[in-house]
Amino acid sequence: MKNKPINEMKLYISAVPENEALARACVSRFVSTADPTVSELADIRCAVSEAVTNCVVHAYRDKPGEIYINAKLYAGRKVTLTVADKGCGIADIGLAMTPLYTTDRENERSGMGFAIMQSFSDKMKVSSKPGAGTRVFMEKYLR
Amino acid sequence: MNGVTFREKDGSLIASLTGELDHCLAVSVRERIDAEFYKRMPKELLLDLSGVSFMDSSGLGLIMGRYSVCGNCGKGFALIGADERAVRILSLAGLDKTVAIRKE
Repeated sequence: MKNKPINEMKLYISAVPENEALARACVSRFVSTADPTVSELADIRCAVSEAVTNCVVHAYRDKPGEIYINAKLYAGRKVTLTVADKGCGIADIGLAMTPLYTTDRENERSGMGFAIMQSFSDKMKVSSKPGAGTRVFMEKYLR
Repeated sequence: MNGVTFREKDGSLIASLTGELDHCLAVSVRERIDAEFYKRMPKELLLDLSGVSFMDSSGLGLIMGRYSVCGNCGKGFALIGADERAVRILSLAGLDKTVAIRKE
């Protein structure tokens, strides 16, 4: 039987750089209701920032688009976060997730986005289809 | 003002960043830091992170980029005012081994 979240937030935002801070603020405020530690909250803020920035920079490549963010809080202090786009998609997820690998060195992308998401969450899954979009799912347990 | 301010000290150019160092801020300050660096050609560029309340991989990109600009000109580069959080992110990319991180 699937557990139901005790609290949930759904957010649709335009894929523009200004909304990176908005996404962090909204998710941060939502997770704050579960009284996380400063470090846990910082991890989550950073992870969501990476996922949203990927949508702005890579998925839509500065073209208009929409980002869907779904945050859920479960009993047992589990937080899940889904960040999805309908952008260009990723052909080789394994390669994209390689630390320091980037398709955009020219614009000084560090290639550390996925590595940071992975490091700051307890579980992460990326699914993508070229031409259809990408979905990043992260799970983190609060102390 | 607008994410970055500049001052000189003992021949070093100090670029002090303020706010949340994400993709949005990194893009807006990158060219200004480089323009100031090329104009003054200091002996080293110090990127001051003490006013940064948040940093993600876009901040790493900005740091790697300035490190490279300085290296290409034969100039020094160091970070100052990096908090524990920033150092943790730097270490994920191994940058704590290549980039000098000073207290001040």
